[in-house]
Amino acid sequence: MRMLVRPVVAAMAAVALTAVTATAQSKVNVVTSTEDLASIAREVGGDRVNIIALARGVQDPHFVEPKPSFILAVNRADLYIAVGRELEIGWLPPLLTSSRNARIQPGARGYLDASLNVRILDIPTGQITRAMGDVHPLGNPHYWLDPGNGRRIAQAIRDKLSELAPDGRASFAQRYDDFDRRLAAAEKRWDAALAPYKGTKLVTYHRSWPNFMDRFGLEVIGYVEPKPGIPPSPSHILALIEEMKRQMVKVIVVEPYFSLRTPQSIASQVGGRVLVLAPSVGGAKEATDYIQLFEYNVRLLAAALKDVTGK
Amino acid sequence: MRTIGIRMPALAAAVLLAASPAAAQTNDVQALRQEVEQLRTELASLQRQYADRLAALEARLGAAQGAPAVPAVPPVAEVPAGAAGAGPAGPLPVYGAPTAGSKIFNPDIGMIGNFLGAVGSNQGGSETIAPTPFMTLQESEASFQAIVDPYARADFFLAVGEEGIEVEEGYVTFPTLPGGLLVKAGKMRANFGRLNAFHNHSLPWIDRPLVMYNLLGGSPDEPDTGIKDAGVSVNRLIPAGSLFLEATGEIYRGDSGTLFKTARLRDFAALGRVRGYVDLSDDANLETGVSYTRGHNDLGSGFITELYGTDLTFRWRPLSRAIYRSLAARAELVWSRRQEAPSLQRAFGFYGSLEYQLQRRWFVGGRFDQAERALNAAVRDRGVSTMLTYWPSEFSQIRGQYRRTRYGDDRRVANELLFQLLFTIGAHGAHPF
Repeated sequence: MRMLVRPVVAAMAAVALTAVTATAQSKVNVVTSTEDLASIAREVGGDRVNIIALARGVQDPHFVEPKPSFILAVNRADLYIAVGRELEIGWLPPLLTSSRNARIQPGARGYLDASLNVRILDIPTGQITRAMGDVHPLGNPHYWLDPGNGRRIAQAIRDKLSELAPDGRASFAQRYDDFDRRLAAAEKRWDAALAPYKGTKLVTYHRSWPNFMDRFGLEVIGYVEPKPGIPPSPSHILALIEEMKRQMVKVIVVEPYFSLRTPQSIASQVGGRVLVLAPSVGGAKEATDYIQLFEYNVRLLAAALKDVTGK
Repeated sequence: MRTIGIRMPALAAAVLLAASPAAAQTNDVQALRQEVEQLRTELASLQRQYADRLAALEARLGAAQGAPAVPAVPPVAEVPAGAAGAGPAGPLPVYGAPTAGSKIFNPDIGMIGNFLGAVGSNQGGSETIAPTPFMTLQESEASFQAIVDPYARADFFLAVGEEGIEVEEGYVTFPTLPGGLLVKAGKMRANFGRLNAFHNHSLPWIDRPLVMYNLLGGSPDEPDTGIKDAGVSVNRLIPAGSLFLEATGEIYRGDSGTLFKTARLRDFAALGRVRGYVDLSDDANLETGVSYTRGHNDLGSGFITELYGTDLTFRWRPLSRAIYRSLAARAELVWSRRQEAPSLQRAFGFYGSLEYQLQRRWFVGGRFDQAERALNAAVRDRGVSTMLTYWPSEFSQIRGQYRRTRYGDDRRVANELLFQLLFTIGAHGAHPF
């Protein structure tokens, strides 16, 4: 009997070890354009995926430099998840081309455009020209700022990961369900927190927030930028101040990568306040993951709206 | 006792059901029948409606396939929110709508206009060499870019001058090859040093530094500078942990400006480059490279010109203020060894430059450059420049440059004020790094 024990234990150890190496090797290397997509992919993938996000949350995702160090990351990727809707048009194509990675080229199995199944706003319906500024012909690419879209992105990632790593199918499905449950519970909290301010009007710097404001029933009446991507001009600012005074708008929402000087001078003219919200995970210290991103924004926004509306 | 407790209510329910009046049952059945009948008629009417609509659609489809349908009323669209006042008033026409499908596979087309102006004076000599005309639409760039098939993409850049069109670059790239290789074939700007691969509109200055005129195949009389030729480029990443290391090997036909001239098929030019890059922090990075190229010069098959180069670029751009502040410092050194009948011409040239972004739209910069001439290394030209750049938007750029050049051959000094207006239409090309 004793003679048998040693080889059996050794064999079991060997099997266990191979299993461990096998799982280590079968981890899916995921690279995402933004930290939001990385956070959702982490929710779904858990420890079966390695995730790298290229653009940081404090960065303007339109203007990311295609650094060679990104090429290294993309070179090793099994799956690339892009925001899409031409958000990354200025930097992603050269990265993909020079990644020397056939798996993640557009059209390949390992390339996922996260925008394909989500609800997109601001899709221009007519002829568009650059006289309108840096318009996105395929619609507003800041769509992840609606938790409903976050859920749809998670579904797309779950399906794609299951396709690339069929062994993890059950785990991805279960992790997605868990994320879905937590998100639904959180959504109830956020709805309740912002419910009193439904219909409140505000101004944002860039057109980053249509999905967020639409989801929570807030109304954006103007932008600090005269047109997308065009820095504010004095005449536009004067007109905006007039409009804000007329409609009694007191809150200006600004992304962390824009200068606060102009928004602050507008706020002081209208007796309002500037609110720096995080448009992405990592855009503020507390916005550590996708759910915390909304937690942070909703908390700040509710507090500011309470102040100005007195509700 | 327990069993009875559970069974009793079930029994009672059964009794109640059985005891329900028979009359009520008949009424219910009739009502159900009526409901089913109603549903049936509704379904039939729906079926008819759908069949009619399908038939209509099929008819329209048939018509569309037979002959291009001309819409009775041209399709119009609403002005997108926020764009009012930017264009004509009222709804916008949708151009080319009936044939839009055929354009899907058209390449991305872009055009970059490059309008130049110059004023200046010379002291102690003739007109400046490498003259910039008073005003010119110099080398606008047309780009056509698309994915060819699952294995390749193609990029064409045509330099459209006032006098004609030249293929600045036109190559196919294979990004999906095994072995981590990236292969390009076609006409390309060679990967020699940092600056040679830049297109004119993406330079941080209006002109190219003297070293490119004197050593990289331009001549002072011919402003079209840089090594560009037909050839094949093979490029591979060298694994080095977090350090980005890339090796490039290229072979070219061997005809490039005044630098290389080929007389026989086997007189091709060859090039090698190793490039390293490292992130110093999230905000700063350093890039460096060494390059070598050789080819036959205009004296014939027996005469070789070799170039050695090294370059260094430091960049700083704080992530959360990336659209307002940045800095780039560049330096590049080039040595030339040109075989000539009695001896060897050894010439050297370099430039160093600094650009700083003051605000979202404003950039300042300075450059110092110096280069001996490849054909006569005893002549050394020197120049200094300062630049001021303004960006109205991502798609246009206005730049002014003051350039003072001291030419080595007859001690002439040229003071020039250059002016450039760049404007982009069409596809939003990626910005070079």
